Amino acid sequence: MGTSLPRAVLALALTVAVVGAADAAQRKKPADPSIWEPTRRAPLTEVKGDPVRGRVIVIKKGSCLTCHVMPIPEEADHGDIGPPLATVGSRYTPAELRMRVVDPKVLNPDTIMPSFYKSTLNRVAKGLEGTTFLEAQEVEDVVAYLSTLK
Amino acid sequence: MKTSLIALAALFVALAGSAAQADPPFDPKDPKMAPYISGDKRSGYTFAEPETRAMQDDEFLNPASLWVEKGEALWTKPDGKANRSCSSCHGKAEDNMKGVGSVYPKYDIHAGTVINLEQRINMCREKHMAATPWKYESEPLLAMTTFVKMQSRGMPVQVQIDGPAVSYFENGRRFYYERRGMNDLACKHCHEDNWGNHVRTELLSQGMTNGFPTYRLKWQKLGSLHRRLAGCNEEIRAEPYPLGSREYVDLELYLAWRAQGLQVETPSVRK
Repeated sequence: MGTSLPRAVLALALTVAVVGAADAAQRKKPADPSIWEPTRRAPLTEVKGDPVRGRVIVIKKGSCLTCHVMPIPEEADHGDIGPPLATVGSRYTPAELRMRVVDPKVLNPDTIMPSFYKSTLNRVAKGLEGTTFLEAQEVEDVVAYLSTLK
Repeated sequence: MKTSLIALAALFVALAGSAAQADPPFDPKDPKMAPYISGDKRSGYTFAEPETRAMQDDEFLNPASLWVEKGEALWTKPDGKANRSCSSCHGKAEDNMKGVGSVYPKYDIHAGTVINLEQRINMCREKHMAATPWKYESEPLLAMTTFVKMQSRGMPVQVQIDGPAVSYFENGRRFYYERRGMNDLACKHCHEDNWGNHVRTELLSQGMTNGFPTYRLKWQKLGSLHRRLAGCNEEIRAEPYPLGSREYVDLELYLAWRAQGLQVETPSVRK
């Protein structure tokens, strides 16, 4: 008898907690927990990223100027879909930049930004299935370049 | 010296950063724009360059007129084993095709599914003319679709999305919001979230479909909505669906609903 009241309180508290969590889940998708895994933030390769190669990848294969204004004056018509990146290296650490390049959806599930190192995408064109937008070393080069933008 | 270098670099950045070319002029209060707006919806016309708009407006400058003429000629030309033409049953297109193009895609009892205007035309050919259906994107099908849809010019797009059309509509909506391709984009990322912004030089429109079939300057010819959809899919490196496929017809229905209220502009001219 003496324990029944605390039990009821506990049960009620549990119910509130579960309902509350379900409610929160409905309101906002929880971030992918793997974003906290250090491996995701760690470099993808043993070879240190090369910022000079990274700049070339940003212009060509990465098509970053499609959406971002960047300090690359020789290229005309930078897009304005995403935020300007002129000082992105002072706002984020290399690990944080890497996370955003590899798969920005772990931070914002609704973002328009492509995931540059993800091979499990939906209905990729024939011949490209299972491949990634950039290769691992290319991601490292891009991260190295972005880190210089301060 | 160092300061002036930095200033020069900043100027470069500013120059590169500024939108290099001005957007086509658009004033929502301009009475000339009224036919191309419905509430928050804006036809692709309002995103087009003035020269492109002028081409569309002028019957003699509009290059799609060639297809309209072809369609008009086909309308009265007997074909198939039944030796009938469209006009054998439907009479004058100007009278009897008014308001037809603006309600497609539509659930069809005989087909038992939602079909678009191209498929309706081909159904007529098979059933009533005993003629072989035209291939999707073939010249005669483009011409006939354009000619029929043009009879609804100025009428608001008005598709049915309830009743038997519900599941097709939902399928189309799902497509619209589903990411696909190496670029991992859904239709909505560009045409709902980012219209008015720029992909390099490209001004993103709302992706309204009320002007199709359209003469596209890039194609140097008239083309169907499905061709445009496949092109969109290819651009984001997604495997496109066949023209006339279930997926694209359902998406076409959803897109028509998005454009609901905008006037049919067929044949439009776009870049």
